[in-house]
Amino acid sequence: MALMIAVSLPPLAALLCWIKPFRSVAWGITVVCLAGSFAAGIVVAAHILSNGIEVGIPNWFEADGLSGLVILLASFVCTLAALFAGGYMHHASEQSGRLWWFYCNYNLLTFALIVVPAFASPNLVWVGVELITLFAILLVGFESTPTALEAAWKYAILTLMGAPISLLGFFTLYWAYHLAGGAHLETWRGLYASAATMSPNLLKFSFLLVFVGFGAKAGLAPMHTWLPDAHSQAPTPICAVLSGIKTSVPLYAILRLLSIVLASPEARIGNWMVVIGLVSVGIAAFLLLQVRDYKRMFAYSTVEHMGIILTAAGFATHGGSSGAVAQLLNHSITKSLCFYAAGVVLISLGTRQIKEVRGLFRLSPFAGSALLLCSLAIAGAPPFPIFLSEFSILSAGLRSGHNAAVIVLAILIVIAFIAIFLQVNRMLFGNPEPASTSAFVPPSCRVAILIAALPVVVLGVYIPGPVHSLMMLASQQLGGH
Amino acid sequence: MASPQTQLIEGLNALTAGLILLTAFGMVATRQVQGVMRFFIVQSVFLAASAFLIGFNRGSIHLVALGVITIGAKAIAIPLVLKRTLPGDLYERREIDQAINIPSSLLLALFLAIAAEFLVGPLVAVSADPVVHVNLPIGLAGILIGAYTLIARREAIPQLVGILAMENGAFFAGVAIAPDLPLIAELAIAIDVILIAVVIGVLTRDITRTVGTTEAATMSELKEEPQLWR
Repeated sequence: MALMIAVSLPPLAALLCWIKPFRSVAWGITVVCLAGSFAAGIVVAAHILSNGIEVGIPNWFEADGLSGLVILLASFVCTLAALFAGGYMHHASEQSGRLWWFYCNYNLLTFALIVVPAFASPNLVWVGVELITLFAILLVGFESTPTALEAAWKYAILTLMGAPISLLGFFTLYWAYHLAGGAHLETWRGLYASAATMSPNLLKFSFLLVFVGFGAKAGLAPMHTWLPDAHSQAPTPICAVLSGIKTSVPLYAILRLLSIVLASPEARIGNWMVVIGLVSVGIAAFLLLQVRDYKRMFAYSTVEHMGIILTAAGFATHGGSSGAVAQLLNHSITKSLCFYAAGVVLISLGTRQIKEVRGLFRLSPFAGSALLLCSLAIAGAPPFPIFLSEFSILSAGLRSGHNAAVIVLAILIVIAFIAIFLQVNRMLFGNPEPASTSAFVPPSCRVAILIAALPVVVLGVYIPGPVHSLMMLASQQLGGH
Repeated sequence: MASPQTQLIEGLNALTAGLILLTAFGMVATRQVQGVMRFFIVQSVFLAASAFLIGFNRGSIHLVALGVITIGAKAIAIPLVLKRTLPGDLYERREIDQAINIPSSLLLALFLAIAAEFLVGPLVAVSADPVVHVNLPIGLAGILIGAYTLIARREAIPQLVGILAMENGAFFAGVAIAPDLPLIAELAIAIDVILIAVVIGVLTRDITRTVGTTEAATMSELKEEPQLWR
């Protein structure tokens, strides 16, 4: 029941935002409905902790530990981004007459993000992931400037091209499942159960196609090129959703399928995933050194983190799986905070260029401290959760004998760390240019940043019991031996 | 030994496979936006025909329904949607600029079709069904050739049709390898495909209004090099 409420509140909000008399209060409707969806997500997680699974409609809507975690993250990030959007869009958007349309589309995007982990059937997961892409396209181009539309177009072509490829992958998966004598309705659970008896060749072919199609959406190199463009042009709350959770959800589908393929004894592809993950981390680390736009900087950092998660899952051990799940969680909460901070800087100074931002601490202590906190957290400095998950991934790699991969990964993480710090350092300190005066931060943005910073600070030093057990349950779904 | 009726249907299915490949080549060779669109509609009808044939052969109402959905979504709804969202001059009699000339493109497409046959060769061995042996390679060829037109073409609408043709390829393989997919999933996929056309149509309209052209090649301002923001 709670699962169905979590899934159905966002489309309800979209409908309300679309009805004319409610258009002026679209923001309020969005925040209230999405917060309700998040509350329902917490209930879902509680049910999963006690029963192991939450069933909405049997064989159609089901959530296990991994799904529960992703639903929780999606509703959390989307709720806070909506809260942030209230102040941000009012001040920064030139399309204030169409804001109801923005919120309507935003709610549909949230719906797609929550429904993908809730679907029990892989074919519907494909539909959901395509819906995410489609709803995000028009939001990326919302400002309707030539560059915003260019970014939206690049994003559309690169990610939609993956759609038919991954569709054939899901058809092949269905075929393999049926040849192995699977039940009529294909569900993730059924696939896990018959993974060992499915044809390894078909499984590998299907995984390859889905990986190519969904990898583009998750921002894995070399299909990542849409990501920095979209992130520099989209309204900042959309960036927070795109980076924080929109890349994680296709990756969730890839990880699900990967665990099924890894469960098949003959299909060994773990090491390939390690290599592909490392390529993403490497490309991102070096692009971080030469980036000139701070929103693009955080976008490249997303490519880096997606690569790290894939590498961890490729280790195919319990340690690797739990590291990947922890990184997924920490990336979502930290990266959305990064974009809120970036958005506040953009509102105060009106520029996206790193070199044009000087002395941020003096101009706006609030924006400065938010940026410092989130950069420390996203780069993986010690007291923050990303440090813990990256450390556990490195140690899991050593335990499973991937020594070379661990060394390369550690070096690349350090390069990315230094790169982010060089860039942020330039923005935070020094003397501000005399011309830049306004440093106003809208109250809803302040509140969103304070709430978003809470888990980032707390989870680094203390992981509450229920969160820990949910992460353990989720990493069991990812398998590993 | 299969009955004569089954053999006839399998033969007809192989014929539609050939025709689908031919329409894919047609899309590569056509210079006009309208022509590309017409080839796509014809291809969708052949896809539906294959679904009807295989559905009749296996006595599956499912596949017949899929054929009806395909015709409704791809041959009727998508052209209508595009006609409504796009300004007329964009859609009609317009020459397409191409990165590689047409004879070389056709040669490349032929190469892709052959490559697809060899790629899935080891895979189709798991099934004795002759329909699978025809549909999977041709479907994959459809996807690859669609991807090629998407890369080579520089106009918005032909790029969209490239994506939709790739979708046709995936479905052509799908009717053979995943015939019992739940109808809800099929419907959702069809709605998804229509939504793709709607979203791209709206985006193209916005681009024509602000930028003034839909040649994707002219949009190249965003890259990782020093540039001036306003």
